[in-house]
Amino acid sequence: MAQLSCRNVVLGYEGKTVVQNLNFEVNRGDYLCIVGENGSGKSTLIRALLRLKSPMSGEILTGDGLEADGIGYLPQQTIVQRDFPASVREIVLSGCLGRFGWRPFYGRAEKAEAEQNMEKLGIAHLAGRCYRELSGGQQQRVLLARALCATRFMLLLDEPVAGLDPSAVQEMYGLLETLNREERITIIMVSHDIQAAVRYADHILHISEEPLFFGTKEEYLKSPVGRRYLSVTGGEQNA
Amino acid sequence: MLDMLAVYFHYPFVRYAMLVGVLIALSSSLLGVSLVLKRFSFIGDGLSHVAFGAMAVATVMDVASDTAVVLPVTIAAAVLLLRTGQNARLKGDAAIAMISVGALASGYLLLNLFSRSANLSGDVCSTLFGSTAILTLSETDVWLCVILSLVVVILFTMCYHRIFAVTFDETFAKATGMKADRYNLLVAVVTASVIVLAMKLAGSLLISALIIFPALSAMRLFKSFRGVILSSAVLSVVCAAAGILLSIVASTPVGATIVCMDMAVFALCSLAGMVLKRS
Repeated sequence: MAQLSCRNVVLGYEGKTVVQNLNFEVNRGDYLCIVGENGSGKSTLIRALLRLKSPMSGEILTGDGLEADGIGYLPQQTIVQRDFPASVREIVLSGCLGRFGWRPFYGRAEKAEAEQNMEKLGIAHLAGRCYRELSGGQQQRVLLARALCATRFMLLLDEPVAGLDPSAVQEMYGLLETLNREERITIIMVSHDIQAAVRYADHILHISEEPLFFGTKEEYLKSPVGRRYLSVTGGEQNA
Repeated sequence: MLDMLAVYFHYPFVRYAMLVGVLIALSSSLLGVSLVLKRFSFIGDGLSHVAFGAMAVATVMDVASDTAVVLPVTIAAAVLLLRTGQNARLKGDAAIAMISVGALASGYLLLNLFSRSANLSGDVCSTLFGSTAILTLSETDVWLCVILSLVVVILFTMCYHRIFAVTFDETFAKATGMKADRYNLLVAVVTASVIVLAMKLAGSLLISALIIFPALSAMRLFKSFRGVILSSAVLSVVCAAAGILLSIVASTPVGATIVCMDMAVFALCSLAGMVLKRS
């Protein structure tokens, strides 16, 4: 069974449809990129996949070991976070919270997992540092480590490279590729960066009120939708 | 001066005032950090005005216990304000401003129309600025305050990590299966209760100072959430204790003295923060 599948999903607010006829499946180890213009329903879809919002009709199913609240989410940064006094370790640890029921404090297992994930993303030396004093790329890695603490199977990333400088963007994509290849962590990424999408992802979902395309990257590059979108955004030469 | 304080501390009402002051300062500073970080500083202010309005109604109705009227009304307002913050048909800050001035105006109007008190402006002034109310606490008030503070401290300790998670990133917390709304509700209810108790100490216009100043001072100096929480609690307790002592010695109004202490500490912390950043 697929880890995540959407069947005839319709999403919207207060009776107004934002996106409809969503049908797609994500299997373990996939790297799916969701592309589309602003207002095409990408953020609504994210909220639905995270179960923060229920679909108007249709169903979103999880399987293959993935629990409904077991998706590691990397949100876009909020204003609140930019001057939040918190150490890197505190933030990464908070990713473990969803799992441990009513216990009030972290146990050894959670602390070990947080250390391990910080190690994995190369931020172990920053553990005691203050989040708001880090560079944009380092902050994203902290949030990624937190997301890893919340999941074993799947990461959902909302514009993970927005506002990063070019070298940090490369590092971020590199990290995601490693996690996907070596740890078999499924990646769903919402992105404006169509060039990176066709370079790194193996599946593409292109939405604009309804899905224009869902399939593998190779098929996308040959499809009329993909060719048109790539030529408009200038991604062709890199593809 | 120490002799003079020793004499004062022979009186039980002075000891009560000290105890209650310190406990209220402790609980309000714990809540303050989360409220300030979530950009909810004004909620404390709005709620205290609602509490004033409710107090006016209680006075006019001549009920036996003010708290029995004021506490539920303030809690209801807290829950309501939190809801509007989420649905945002009326933007959060506008809703707070509207409710707070509305409550203030109607409370004052009610008192003027129906009060049988000989010294109306004195009553209003003491409700707004605290003045001597803290020195006239009954034993029930003291117990109520001790129990509530204990509840706040215990709840806060038990939920500490979850409060951190919800404050830092509510969407992420919800996505990982936490009932973030429940924690928001908890914080709102506890804030309302602390405010109602704190009215006796600082008066309804000055309470929000007790909530925001220690948190803001602590944030100038510390960079981890735990550091900020702990130092905010310490600063708040020290300021409240020093303020109460000073007000006894210099016979100044208690609430205003504590708030001035908090302000002075904030100035010191800002200065220290700047120096630390330079070096």
